[in-house]
Amino acid sequence: MTETTMSTAKPSILRGFDLKTAGPAIALLILCVIGFLLNPAFLSEGNITNLLTRSAFIGIIAVGATFVITAGGIDLSVGSMAAVIAGVMIIVMNSAVDTFGTGVTTVLIGCGCSIILGLGAGLVNGFLTTKGKIEAFIVTLGTMGIYRSLVTYFADGGTLSLNYDIRGVYRPVYYDSFFGLPIPVWVFIIVSIAGWFLMNRTAFGRYCTAIGSNESVAKYSAIKVDRVKTLTYVIQGLCVSLATIIYVPRLGSASSSTGVLWELEAIAAVIIGGTVLKGGYGRIGGTILGALILTTIGNILNFTDMISNYLNGTMQGLIIIVAVWLQRGDWGRSKSAD
Amino acid sequence: MKTFTKIGALATVATIALTGWASAETIKIGVSYPTPTHAWAAGMNWHAEKAEERLEALYPDVDLILVNSPDPSAQASALEDLVSVHGIDALVVLPFESEPLTDPVLNVKKSGALITVVDRGLSQPGIEDIYVAGNNPELGRVSAEYMKTRLKDGDNIVVLRGIPTLIDNERFDAFMAEIEGSGINVLDHKHANWNRDDGFEVMQDFLSRFPDIDAVWAQDDDIAIGVVAALKQAGRDGDGMFVVGGAGMKETIKGIMDGNELVPVDVLYPPAMIATAMDVTVSAFKSNGPVAGRYILGATLITPENAASFYFPDSPF
Repeated sequence: MTETTMSTAKPSILRGFDLKTAGPAIALLILCVIGFLLNPAFLSEGNITNLLTRSAFIGIIAVGATFVITAGGIDLSVGSMAAVIAGVMIIVMNSAVDTFGTGVTTVLIGCGCSIILGLGAGLVNGFLTTKGKIEAFIVTLGTMGIYRSLVTYFADGGTLSLNYDIRGVYRPVYYDSFFGLPIPVWVFIIVSIAGWFLMNRTAFGRYCTAIGSNESVAKYSAIKVDRVKTLTYVIQGLCVSLATIIYVPRLGSASSSTGVLWELEAIAAVIIGGTVLKGGYGRIGGTILGALILTTIGNILNFTDMISNYLNGTMQGLIIIVAVWLQRGDWGRSKSAD
Repeated sequence: MKTFTKIGALATVATIALTGWASAETIKIGVSYPTPTHAWAAGMNWHAEKAEERLEALYPDVDLILVNSPDPSAQASALEDLVSVHGIDALVVLPFESEPLTDPVLNVKKSGALITVVDRGLSQPGIEDIYVAGNNPELGRVSAEYMKTRLKDGDNIVVLRGIPTLIDNERFDAFMAEIEGSGINVLDHKHANWNRDDGFEVMQDFLSRFPDIDAVWAQDDDIAIGVVAALKQAGRDGDGMFVVGGAGMKETIKGIMDGNELVPVDVLYPPAMIATAMDVTVSAFKSNGPVAGRYILGATLITPENAASFYFPDSPF
């Protein structure tokens, strides 16, 4: 039994290694070479650190999105969710100053509040999709609008700013390094490893894939479809709250323009990474590369004045399409087992 | 709320004193503008409410009706209501977009009302009696002029621009025209979309790319906040480095009053222009001088000396 699995699995791993899985990695490598040729400063330590730190927001959110998409769902609300969580965190921390002072306690209260809100928002999305039997696209389109207008309302149309004294305590969470890597990058790494483990080494990950492939079959196979699907949205919410916890100390503010279009960037990162949009196949590793690719494109465009500013969107679009084509293309090979 | 109380009070007075007095004597002025979705507009909303309180206290027979609308078609409906329900004598309007609101404003004009347009012009000339606006090219020019006083031949600056729009182009072109010939090098310019996060990231990349930057034109106070965070992160906020923003955000102005060396000045593009427009419109009914015409506000350079007069701590912007 074990031997048969081994022998059938081996060639598919080797063949799969060619371009299908390596596609995003190759795309990222090519981008880095281009960046280096344009300006050697691209590979300077400072820029690499900036790049990794910047990728952390979208990357962490995209890890969550990988689960949602693999299980056949979609979450459009993540950008607005991040904005409203950031806003509420700031309000809560500012008002906690009076009772708890400007120390670590207040920051921890803010972070705890972020996690509760993230889990809660995910639960709402999941519950409405499964028990409410509304399409995920519509549910999350609705919550996207709700969260976006809530943050505008909380900020009175303006910007919510974190108390200056708390900012001093909270600031290191974004700006400080630990063993040479900024803390947001560590969070990104931990979330990625946890996500990879959950997706590839647990029953939950296999359930997500099964539901995404065929929901009815999954149901007949005694998988608790509703529970698993709801959990994917809860994981997404948790990822958003973690991303927000490292986002807030960066500029210490939130407004209605916070997190605009993050949902599309997260979904793009997931798809560039090789996960199938209609569900049934998910790759955490690819998602991480996808997030890095997206950030690198923006970074490279800032490193050159060869391309008109007005064409930034064109370049991003082209690179995304090419990156996906690289791994979907047949490349003259007969189709593999899947 | 305020308006309702006012209308209620007036109605009571009217019934007690003389029937029909209120409608005959009250000067009704409608004020229509977009629902605030960003800090600048929230500031405008605040200044409009302040001006309403102040003018209604000053002139008991003036009734200002403030309406904000979330999109152009809602604003068009709001204008219709101002005419049909309130029977306004004058309209102060900050159009959402020029094109779709030109006809609705024209209809208000046909009802006989005096028209004041704020900030964004209509797409047909001659509709408005009064036009009040900030000065975008002047904002760019004044910023460049300040740069020239601080920098010398051969110094390097980078420019962060707003959202690619006509406003951004006007500011940028005027800035570049004024800088030209001064010997100051503009290393590059990128769009930071009037947004703090984009300002932070674009500035990080400029700092990685250019080892020698002497000053930054951020064009906008929100972008400037991101720029300052990036400069501090890279430890390049010393050595006389300075950032020039624009608009007149209260935090920025407070910083100028406190002698912040990194953001030493600001260039005004005031959300309070709506209050100016309301004042001028009321004057059309109250002043013995003529008021119709175009009022282009100065893009004043805010320095520690004059900052106090532009500081509104209670405004959201």
